[in-house]
Amino acid sequence: MTKMSGARALLESLERQNVNTIFGIVGGAILPLYDALCGSTKIRHILARHEQCAAHEAEGYARASGRTGVCMATSGPGATNLVTGIANAYMDSSPIIALTGQVPSSGVNTSYMIGRDAFQEADIIGITTPITKYSFQPRTVAEIPTVVNTAFYIASTGRPGPVLIDLPKNVQAGTADVQVTDRIEARGYKSMIEMDYAKISEAANLLAKAERPIILSGGGVIISKASDEVMQMSDLLMAPVATTFMGKGSFPEGHPLSVGSIGMHGNPAANKLMGEADVLLAVGTRFSDRATANLDTFMPNSKKIHIDIDEAEIGKNVEVDVPIIGDAKTAMKLLLAALNDKLRKTEGTAWSKRVKDAKEQLSPLLKELPRDIVPKALLIALRELLPGNAIVTTEVGQNQMWSALYFKALKPRTFISSGGLGTMGFGFPAAIGAKAACPDRPVVDIAGDGSFIMSEQELACSVTEKIPVTVIVLNNSVLGMVAQWQRMLYKRRYMAVNLGNTPDFVKLAEAYGAQGFRVTSIDEFQKAVKTALTSNVTTVIDVPIGSEEDVVPFVPPGCGLPQQRGDY
Amino acid sequence: MEVGKTKVISVLVENKPGVLHGVANLFRRRNFNIESITVGLSEQESISRMTITVNGDEKTIEQALVKVNVPTPKDRSDIINCVEVFRGRVIDVSTDSLSVEITGTSDKIDAFLNLMKTTGVIEVARTGITALARGAKSIRIDE
Repeated sequence: MTKMSGARALLESLERQNVNTIFGIVGGAILPLYDALCGSTKIRHILARHEQCAAHEAEGYARASGRTGVCMATSGPGATNLVTGIANAYMDSSPIIALTGQVPSSGVNTSYMIGRDAFQEADIIGITTPITKYSFQPRTVAEIPTVVNTAFYIASTGRPGPVLIDLPKNVQAGTADVQVTDRIEARGYKSMIEMDYAKISEAANLLAKAERPIILSGGGVIISKASDEVMQMSDLLMAPVATTFMGKGSFPEGHPLSVGSIGMHGNPAANKLMGEADVLLAVGTRFSDRATANLDTFMPNSKKIHIDIDEAEIGKNVEVDVPIIGDAKTAMKLLLAALNDKLRKTEGTAWSKRVKDAKEQLSPLLKELPRDIVPKALLIALRELLPGNAIVTTEVGQNQMWSALYFKALKPRTFISSGGLGTMGFGFPAAIGAKAACPDRPVVDIAGDGSFIMSEQELACSVTEKIPVTVIVLNNSVLGMVAQWQRMLYKRRYMAVNLGNTPDFVKLAEAYGAQGFRVTSIDEFQKAVKTALTSNVTTVIDVPIGSEEDVVPFVPPGCGLPQQRGDY
Repeated sequence: MEVGKTKVISVLVENKPGVLHGVANLFRRRNFNIESITVGLSEQESISRMTITVNGDEKTIEQALVKVNVPTPKDRSDIINCVEVFRGRVIDVSTDSLSVEITGTSDKIDAFLNLMKTTGVIEVARTGITALARGAKSIRIDE
């Protein structure tokens, strides 16, 4: 037992969790914690310029590295500004810890403030209950180490997610005898339930008999590090692998059996083959509506096996024949072992020929690069310029769906995007977080002008903290995805989508001390990217593109995956 | 959960602030209306048992405390007779009121309250539905 302040206990507990980076913004109610951080040699604090971005940065850090990201903010508006970032992490199952200051919870007379509508008081636990995996508000100094350990344990195990620790100022500032331990108190929390082996053999039987199996690889495969197992399964069954949007990167998109991601703006080969398969092996996916399109027409004639660590996902969106609740990697290993006894690899079957044909017919992925400055050409060119381990983040909207379609992710944790919540402004701070986690790898944010404006102030963070990333602004001067819907589904009645030609992104970058380029050809684009990648300062590449460029193909709302419209 | 059918859900939860909010939120989010929710200590220390009834239209058990008006001595004996018929228990008597404890289906409690209307109900506290599964099966959180 050592006598120390709550802030010191928190800091030492964070260090014990091997936290090396915190993204945050200071404020009154979290001053004691910042005071403890002052002079810390183990933890680097990165000053965000908006708390929402601090949370996105923590998530970018988490998703690039596989570690738990940490963000912090003061009470009241600091805490409520975190909310979108926390919700984003919740939807995409990213482990982050949000530390918030809170007004004092005890003291004499008026120094007791919680519940009195004190200055900068917000009931952040009440506000975030539906978007956190759990939250804590320690009321004593002594409980802080256990709270921190438990928070990290809950955030990072099972289906990961955000955990909030709300820290009353008096608890940060107060002192007590504290033991900084590894103690965890999470009674009643089960990160995993026992594997049902009967289901494994049921699944193996289905797969062994399958004539047209397909694997759907989701974000859970990345979290569980099950990419190798998915690859082995694909080889064993000669099954094509489609990914969900969140699963992008879980299976190398250059692989002959990769058919790209499914969904509203999915790869046509993936959407088509899903409809033709007789057995689906879905791993680590929650069957989001953007992935499945109309559920009534989602693979009505196929048998479905669903592996997921979250029991609540089984049967939530899609009724399945064989549910397997558990860690994807463990379950896939068991399934592979069970199958190896039953199966010999078969090449040249009708199905493998069909997969090859479908890829060729439906994915005429440009044998030669078009020279026009269109998203397709830009993203294919970008892939060639980036090493396989480069990390790409995206904003939300057309830029995101073009990236999903045309930018091939080759490795897990190299494609980071706001899948569930669809948060515009996510990509740039997520890129900063990813770069902070992986300083030796290139990090590129594929942005749209509308999204980038939503977190452009983080240029200040990236420049002053010397975290250089590259932002490619596919600049069409409109809120493009909404404009596309208004064009296609609302008879071109454009409303509230025109952004005009402002700001000048080159000048904007320069105003923050970053460098800016405007490119008007593929050659210039390639040159600018090369310069950016070797540069020590953040680069914004403004790429003006046509404002009526569509993301096609497109499954209109209410339609099923095979009813996709438009050319690839 | 199907709409229009009673579901009684028994949950063991940490006896901590915010847990009730979190659980109730799960129902609100999916637009289920909670008919009754009761929380109380369980046999395990620091663990509470929550009993939640959703879309209740079937017969389940609850308990009610009813304080009724007693205008005349004749009314008192009438009410006590009623309480016996309903297998309730008189738990407090004063010159012009009676307090009654009654246990049974929600219907039964409604019927009792209806009868009491003639003399006048002063206060009612209904527990909402509480439940344990029949037999030896139980839910438990390992320490």
